[in-house]
Amino acid sequence: MIGERYVNGAVLIGLIALPLWALSADEVFTITLTTRAAILALAAVGLNIALGIGGMVSFGHAVFFGLGGYAMGILAFHAQTFSPLDFGLFALPGTKSMPVIWLVATVVSAFAAWIIGLLSLRTAGVYFIMITLAFGQMFFYFAISWGAYGGEDGLSIYVRNSFVGLDTLMPIQFFGLCFALLCLALLLQWRLRRSPFGLALNAARQSTERVQSVGLNPRQLKLLAFVISGAITGVAGALFADLNRFVSPTMFSWQLSGELIILTIIGGVGRLMGPVIGAAIFITLEHWLGGLTDFWHVWLGTILLAIVLFWRGGVIGLLTGKEGPHV
Amino acid sequence: MRASRAEPGTGKRLMPSILIIEQILNGLQFGVMLFLMAAGLTLIFGVMGLINLAHGSLYMVGAFAAAWVAGATDSFILAMAAALAAAAAAGALTEILVIRRLYSAAHLDQVLATFALILIFSEGTRFVFGSFPLFLDVPQQLSGSILLPGGIQYPLYRLTLIGIGLLVALGLWLLTARTRIGIQIRAGENDREMIAALGVDITRLYTLVFALGAGLAGLAGALVGAIQSVQVGMGEPVLILAFVVIVIGGIGSIRGAFIGSILVGLTDTLGGVFLPEFFKLFMQSDAATQTGSALASMAVYILMGIVLIRCPTGLFGARA
Amino acid sequence: MSEPVLSTHGLRKSFGALTATDNVSIDLRRGEIHAIIGPNGAGKTTLIAQISGSLASDAGRVELEGRDVTSLGTEARARAGLGRTFQISALAMEDTVFENVLLGAVGATSGAWALFRSVIHDRNLTDHAMQALERVGLAGAHRTRCADLSHGQRRQLEVAVALTLRPRLFVMDEPTAGLGAEGSRAMTAFLDGLRVEAPILLVEHDMDAVFALADRISVLVYGRIIATGTIDDIRASEEVREAYLGEPA
Repeated sequence: MIGERYVNGAVLIGLIALPLWALSADEVFTITLTTRAAILALAAVGLNIALGIGGMVSFGHAVFFGLGGYAMGILAFHAQTFSPLDFGLFALPGTKSMPVIWLVATVVSAFAAWIIGLLSLRTAGVYFIMITLAFGQMFFYFAISWGAYGGEDGLSIYVRNSFVGLDTLMPIQFFGLCFALLCLALLLQWRLRRSPFGLALNAARQSTERVQSVGLNPRQLKLLAFVISGAITGVAGALFADLNRFVSPTMFSWQLSGELIILTIIGGVGRLMGPVIGAAIFITLEHWLGGLTDFWHVWLGTILLAIVLFWRGGVIGLLTGKEGPHV
Repeated sequence: MRASRAEPGTGKRLMPSILIIEQILNGLQFGVMLFLMAAGLTLIFGVMGLINLAHGSLYMVGAFAAAWVAGATDSFILAMAAALAAAAAAGALTEILVIRRLYSAAHLDQVLATFALILIFSEGTRFVFGSFPLFLDVPQQLSGSILLPGGIQYPLYRLTLIGIGLLVALGLWLLTARTRIGIQIRAGENDREMIAALGVDITRLYTLVFALGAGLAGLAGALVGAIQSVQVGMGEPVLILAFVVIVIGGIGSIRGAFIGSILVGLTDTLGGVFLPEFFKLFMQSDAATQTGSALASMAVYILMGIVLIRCPTGLFGARA
Repeated sequence: MSEPVLSTHGLRKSFGALTATDNVSIDLRRGEIHAIIGPNGAGKTTLIAQISGSLASDAGRVELEGRDVTSLGTEARARAGLGRTFQISALAMEDTVFENVLLGAVGATSGAWALFRSVIHDRNLTDHAMQALERVGLAGAHRTRCADLSHGQRRQLEVAVALTLRPRLFVMDEPTAGLGAEGSRAMTAFLDGLRVEAPILLVEHDMDAVFALADRISVLVYGRIIATGTIDDIRASEEVREAYLGEPA
């Protein structure tokens, strides 16, 4: 069996090496695929904090992914049409600057996560799953019916947003940005898990009574984790929209929420690199199986079923021979 | 499943009271169809403790079976029977192959496995029937409108749906309250070991309950299929609304599922029609339509939020 | 006499037609071990849940050091100085013994809102946690996962977590259950010394432990306190004899 630390190192090195190789071999599409994987991994890191450490089975993380996407779409739309964002009392110009967009994506998703968390965390178990799923659907329909920003058709952004000192139109440079943010989020997850907060959150997943009896409030712990989780997934959404230069209500879809959970489980829920491995496998499957057959979801479903019924530790569990946290 | 908002033949500028009654009927129709979905979900959760995301797939299976049989035989009755049978059979088969391994599993495992089942069902159906929607016609005898007291023209088929929904609700109530199997079901909710000890074959009971829920979902899919197109992915939006219903009504409660369904059906339908009109009272027409319909799309979820704040386990849920 | 550390006044809780506790008024004084005994189903666990805040009472008051805490939840009562151990262990089973006591240390000191500081590099926390383990004799097992502990060790760990809180009083639900004769004696000796730090409200089935430890005993039958007093008082009480032996004295 391999130590988890080596698995983690190998994954990160692989994630850098692949696009660099693709750059030298002029395989632009591979760079784009890897970027996609990095972004999905970032979104799943967000989910992993809520799901893997806090034990909150959120079936609505697409909400934050979509909000991040629309934060990008709306700001860039106003910048490219030179129309101000009208808030009634005051108006703000749009922007094409990535850092500003990321900040807005973070704040908006965190706020949404706070509201959704406040309501959903009044319950637990199956109720929590259903409620988060329902809120996801609410945002989906809202995006469809809100015609100002494209409604069902979504919004196209003509030119990728900018980052000081970089040419974001170069695929490898944009990948570099996404990879850097992913590493930052991984660092955050790692620090969180080792902090007093992470210790308490992890205990709250296992025993509410225990946490309460040492004077801590499990609901507040989970709420903060949910907010952090949503904010990270929101940034991923902004990057995803930038990658495609397009946002549409499908970013809010329940399928996306489901896929984020799948990613995390395949890789290894609650493990530091679980989301990254999961995203890499997911993109590989999508690309490879999708190339073989139009019906690749059947195979994805079968694999997933096999994992749930027979193979619960995910890839990291298999490689390290250690059981992961139970959610 | 959503009642279409501009019924042909019912002009918008009729007397408001007629419009209101008509929309209430639409909401009821939507609600009772939701109930067919929600009843199965809540029964399956109440008895087996399982959250079944693939319930929407069974709805779809019913609709496809009905469309296929109707195309082959031209008989609406046969089509409905086929829908019930196909969905119940698909349900029983899935229960035996997959679901029964999940009863004691964590909720996350149940969610994942039944999500996997959605993928398999959806793509399997796409493989067999293709990506284009099928159409199931309203039968000759039930097409057209009838005149209700008060001078309201209302489509006969929709009225039939309301009738069927209410009949099923009554039947389910009789089943759980008055029959042997209902007593076993209720006992199973309270204490698995106890009824196993009493000699009830719990494995068979579970398969039966699951098939019953699946059959109801299939029936709903087929009935609604006649006023909408039959296509892959039609089940999940309904499934999620059924979840909203259950959250509002309280998990495990058939009565809660009924009340919740009607509330959600009415809120969604009336909100969609009247919120844009309401905003027209003090906004420009375009903006009012947009704001109103955007808000209407959120109405049922806002309703859910309000119920959650007041009672976290739903209106008729067991107190945690 | 100084005011009691804990007192309840007329606590009641019913579940449907069943009255689990009825008009329970007890107190716990500084330096004492007050044992609650009674037959199975007498309402002992319900009473503990009401006192520690995990179950809301239908009527009555709970006071900690003269302060009314009836409306407070479990975590607020823990912060007010109530250290509880559970009958059925409520430990973080996937975590190690050490992580479980660390959690107690976190709850007792800094709180859990430090997001970026490393727990295991905080000497204050780790020393605090390790001390508690040493006191109950579990230091050697600190790397063991809770799930791999014996029932007795889980009881010891429960007590250790409560110790990290440095509570004003302990509420313990059967701390010697599952310990075996040897372990039970060691735990009894430990609790004996603990009462000078903070008084203990002790629910216990093991009568040897009760008679060895208790300064006072209250007998709970069908949710009511039928007698409170010293060991000798209880031994001599006719009501107790009747309740336990079913014979009129």
